[in-house]
Amino acid sequence: MARVVVDVMLKPEILDPQGQAVQRALPRLGFEGVSDVRQGKRFELEVDGPVDDAALARIHELAESFLANTVIEDFTVKVEEVVEAGK
Amino acid sequence: MTARIGVVTFPGSLDDRDTQRAIRLAGAEPVALWHKDKDLKQVDAVVLPGGFSYGDYLRAGAISRFSPVMETVIEQAKAGLPVLGICNGFQILTEAHLLPGGMLGNDHLHFICRDQKLRVENAETCWTSDYTAGQEISIPLKNMDGRYVADQYTLDKLEAEGRVAFRYLARGEAADGYGNPNGSLNDIAGITNEAGNVVGLMPHPEHAVEPLVGTGRTDGLPFFTSILKKLVNV
Repeated sequence: MARVVVDVMLKPEILDPQGQAVQRALPRLGFEGVSDVRQGKRFELEVDGPVDDAALARIHELAESFLANTVIEDFTVKVEEVVEAGK
Repeated sequence: MTARIGVVTFPGSLDDRDTQRAIRLAGAEPVALWHKDKDLKQVDAVVLPGGFSYGDYLRAGAISRFSPVMETVIEQAKAGLPVLGICNGFQILTEAHLLPGGMLGNDHLHFICRDQKLRVENAETCWTSDYTAGQEISIPLKNMDGRYVADQYTLDKLEAEGRVAFRYLARGEAADGYGNPNGSLNDIAGITNEAGNVVGLMPHPEHAVEPLVGTGRTDGLPFFTSILKKLVNV
């Protein structure tokens, strides 16, 4: 089994008021020196079977058509090693 | 024979009944459509109503866009079927790429609910022909994700082709319903596709069709009389 991670972010030119609200809260919490925050989404897909090129291509298609709206968002797809507990 | 106008109910739709009522008041026959049903029951036009279909999960309209009913709506809209998306319906239309651009959270991060002043910019679509271009109207606005965004090329194209159908009226006091309520680019409240059969907007015409309730005005009624005239004269 493998995990495929899809990260979705608003395109850089689009205003992210949630990220701005987080950034403005940082000084109150004692975190200085962070000039910008942008908030995105992370999807973890547990995939049965091998993550070969064909599987990745399908996930890419899924991300492009559904997980992200490419009119307003960019996305990346990456495979993550799953370390199973007790092994 | 009057026109039959379908109203889709998704899980989480809120304004389907009000929309049916508005259609009836305009003199057309409302037809209830179900999200799981590919069959449009031979309606002459479709309205996607407001609400929070599928809880706005993922993005507003993103899951509804893949519902069985939308398969047929998308196919027939491309062939000329008149489709109006109100609020969540507008979000579904952008997610379905029947209208360009996308909808995001209001820039002030709050839900907004107020009577909103708009200017009708395009009175030549299937859904706006009973207005006059430049007419100012007031109808309710209530949403969380009402910020219309698009890249500069798309915005320029919409403006050049006269496809901004409704614009928030910038001048005046917010308390009187003026101003851009959500950070929408170019003050865009609603747009049309090239053919003028698909229109989407965030404010709610179906809540302004009777003098007794809502804004106390019937500024939303022309949406439904426009489409009726269009369909009956065909």
